[in-house]
Amino acid sequence: MRLVNIRPGRQTRFYLLALPFLLVTIAYFAGSSARLAQNPNDKLLPALPSMVQAVKQMAFEVDPRTGSYLMASDTVASLGRLGSALLISTVAALVLGIVIGLLPGANALLGPFVSVTSMVPPLALLPILFIVMGLGENSKIALIVIGTLPCMIRDLAMKVQELPREQIVKAQTLGASTWQIALRVAMPQTLPRLIDVLRLQLGPAWLFLIAAEAIASDSGLGYRIFLVRRYLAMDVIIPYVAWITLLAFLIDVGLRVLQRKAFPWFASVRAE
Amino acid sequence: MSAIRFDDVWKEYGDHIVLERITMEVEPRAFIALVGPSGCGKTTLLRMLLGEEQPSRGRILVDGKPLPGEPDADRGVVFQRYSVFPHLTVLQNVLLGRELRDAKFTARLFGIARRAAADDAMKLLAEVGLAGQESKYPSALSGGMQQRLALAQAIMRGPKILLLDEPFGALDPGIRADIHLLMKRLWNETHLTVVMVTHDLSEAFGLATRVIALERSRNRPEERERYGATVSRDLEIFPRRSAELRSSVQSAPAGTTRSGKEHQPGRPGALVLKEQP
Repeated sequence: MRLVNIRPGRQTRFYLLALPFLLVTIAYFAGSSARLAQNPNDKLLPALPSMVQAVKQMAFEVDPRTGSYLMASDTVASLGRLGSALLISTVAALVLGIVIGLLPGANALLGPFVSVTSMVPPLALLPILFIVMGLGENSKIALIVIGTLPCMIRDLAMKVQELPREQIVKAQTLGASTWQIALRVAMPQTLPRLIDVLRLQLGPAWLFLIAAEAIASDSGLGYRIFLVRRYLAMDVIIPYVAWITLLAFLIDVGLRVLQRKAFPWFASVRAE
Repeated sequence: MSAIRFDDVWKEYGDHIVLERITMEVEPRAFIALVGPSGCGKTTLLRMLLGEEQPSRGRILVDGKPLPGEPDADRGVVFQRYSVFPHLTVLQNVLLGRELRDAKFTARLFGIARRAAADDAMKLLAEVGLAGQESKYPSALSGGMQQRLALAQAIMRGPKILLLDEPFGALDPGIRADIHLLMKRLWNETHLTVVMVTHDLSEAFGLATRVIALERSRNRPEERERYGATVSRDLEIFPRRSAELRSSVQSAPAGTTRSGKEHQPGRPGALVLKEQP
């Protein structure tokens, strides 16, 4: 049988899914035990017990200096920045995307501008943001917004323009004004697509968050990783990276579920 | 119920002449079928009637007044595809016209107003054979049902002219026959002037009062760009067909899905729609 025709069954699919994760884990611990056998004080590839110990200390024991659970407070700080930045980006992208996608005049005015701004490398703007807005929360949130918003607007405007012309005409024959078209035709159909666009921007958003926290911050997951890097504390860094990955994955799953539950009509539209 | 007049209408895209010398009168309550080979400008003509495109020369008059330059609620439309909104349920699709008319800012009705509109919409849905489907999304409906829904949605808003762009072209023959009966009934029971683009001649002759053929008079390759299509045949159906008077509507033809309810002329939402002055 040709490879293109072989479809794994349910069970096989599960094993296949687990395989790469398993291989990476095995490779890590094989390397880790080999290094530790040579030098018990090796810090580069810590063994599982030392990572568990580090997580216990970071997550479940009160830090004597700050009086808080470090991992929890780092997570809250990071998710707060990420959440508020993505909220700003999402709302702004929804409004501007619909305006640009629906109104040819707005498209002529803002379309090229948005395309150009989406090419600006956001990290290059970070010094400017630090100079202008200081080192506080605002500059970090602004970095994520600047990094994600132009792409989101551009993608969303494109999605609005992809709505069949017939629908816009039909709405007008039902007496709809521009405002009503935006409210009843464009926006409800843009919302599920907004979730797609947001999911695509989650990766860049995390990138900018960690970068901003690494450079100037006093809390946050990125801050912690770059802080303990000085002591080669891989036993903290690796669990933190795994935790960040898990958070990002859960947010993505959550958005996908939200899309399916809130917009039951969308799956068949997308399938077309 | 509107008379339409084409007054020497031309449509050109740059150097390319699509339609030329279109002059015709369409009497109120006529059912016009536009036929012709593909690419002859049938749909362009319809889009000009819709207000989506403007004639390059000449004028289109509706009841003696020039056509507004954009689509409006006087002219309903059903396309072959994408006529209904995929994100709204069947009932919401039909309600939409009423909501857009009565709630300028929110475009939604609530409470008593919504219930009244929903009652009208449900009656109309029963008339077009969609009773019991009201909470489904259009994607769950068959092609024929989607077009029934599109018709109901257009009629709910009470247009004077109904424009149909190959509305039944993608349907199976059996389903098409059913929807033809429905279309005839809607035309008889409302005050619509109907203009339908079709490439199906039996459909054209079966439904319309008048069949208008568009054709290019010159078709040599070097002439194609510079000579557009024009009305080549204008056939009145014989024996003459005309919309029944409202009062004479008694029973539906067999096979249609008419509900048994009494007709209440002038009641909004019933098929007899209030005429707009």
